[in-house]
Amino acid sequence: MTVRVVVVGAGLGGLRVAEQLRAAKFEGEILVIGDEAHLPYSRPPLSKEALAGELSHQTVVFRRKASVDDVTWRLGESVSSVDMTARTITLSDGAQVSYDGVVGATGVSARRLPLDAPADWRHVIRTLDDASRLQAELAQGRSVVVIGAGFIGCEVAATARLKGCSVHVVDPMPVPLIRPLGVELGRELQRRHEEQGVRFHLGRTIAVFEGDADGPTRVTLDDGNEIAVDVVVEAVGSAPNVAWLDGNGLDLSDGVRCDSGLRMMGADGPIATAVAVGDIARFPNVLFDDVPRRVEHWNIPTETGKRAARVLVQGLSGGADAGAELAPFTPMPAFWSDQYELRLQSFGLPGLGGDDIRPLEGELSDEVVMGYHRDGVLVGVVMLGLSRRYSHYRDLIIAASPFTADAASAAP
Amino acid sequence: MKVVVDLAVCQDHAQCCLAAPEVFEQDASGKLVVLVDHPAEGLRDKVEEAADVCPLQAITVQD
Repeated sequence: MTVRVVVVGAGLGGLRVAEQLRAAKFEGEILVIGDEAHLPYSRPPLSKEALAGELSHQTVVFRRKASVDDVTWRLGESVSSVDMTARTITLSDGAQVSYDGVVGATGVSARRLPLDAPADWRHVIRTLDDASRLQAELAQGRSVVVIGAGFIGCEVAATARLKGCSVHVVDPMPVPLIRPLGVELGRELQRRHEEQGVRFHLGRTIAVFEGDADGPTRVTLDDGNEIAVDVVVEAVGSAPNVAWLDGNGLDLSDGVRCDSGLRMMGADGPIATAVAVGDIARFPNVLFDDVPRRVEHWNIPTETGKRAARVLVQGLSGGADAGAELAPFTPMPAFWSDQYELRLQSFGLPGLGGDDIRPLEGELSDEVVMGYHRDGVLVGVVMLGLSRRYSHYRDLIIAASPFTADAASAAP
Repeated sequence: MKVVVDLAVCQDHAQCCLAAPEVFEQDASGKLVVLVDHPAEGLRDKVEEAADVCPLQAITVQD
């Protein structure tokens, strides 16, 4: 019987873990099941350049390594449950697939607000199909209301503005991007958006939606302000897709809880034959501490794909105590956001250092590096421009880590 | 091993420079410079990682 690994989820994480299984010398069968009808593609362009211009699967599809030519892709099929004792997966049409190893790579879905308005009056931006629907609506002179001043909301606002739409952004927080960036940098981003003509309604929510058969026509804010609207975009965060993992004694309170080998944690400890990658994996990163966290950054599916593949191959070979031999897993989270001419780049976990934010270099109104500290230790940076300094600040975070100090003092 | 970069697609994310500093570097204006277009075999892992982490898939590794 050929050994079979089933990868649930056909996004970047699913692709990378399949490639890394082959790189780790796994020669068995790999089956990747994805609920979208598309082979793995890149999502960041969907709120940026792809939304503005050329948008097709062709422009965003990932190149697949030759090593995964023999992978079976089952697209447009969704997994409704998994039984980790029987090692079977059940699809939504009732079909069952047995496995020796399983990878959870199902990513996140756009969160929806409990608004008093039909869901199809509001656009979300997660999939290629979402972006195609939204792109069709963005045209010169149309009025766009974006709910949510986070990264997706701000990127869509920038793109819509560049297409000549009038843009209003509504958010209950007092400053855009306040949670990831802090007040100072958030205000600076707001200033740059306002310079481009975007209008913000902060500390506000939408009280009333009005519309007709064609869609929304007007929103009224909780301060009474009315905005005539053609297009509403809902960009209020994400929800991990883990319902299919229910019933296996896993911690699904925030993604799926994993150990540092990305093995899902069951009632009796890590499950050697079940790993998770990408947005759903809640794992400890000892570069920062031992608290398991989900990290929704673009480089994490690639980093976790490599780690999880190696651990899974060990688990499949029956090495029950393989966990004890794992090298430390210390990926450096990194993400970027492009808004107008601005390139924002982040390293580390700035969110852990929101109480102690210091400018490290540059000028807020031009190019700048903001450092985020926890207990006096640099845990993250957010940079506007200054790309030649990426390596310097990334290294600074590594050097500041207690893990690095421990490793150095332990070395002979 | 040959490293090929599509500079028309490159948008100066510089993630390749972080993954494989022996092969990729930024010049003073932040633009990509390929230091070695036939890197030694020992750099294969780093070069493949550089290709993987490029958000625009601008790097191809050819054998």
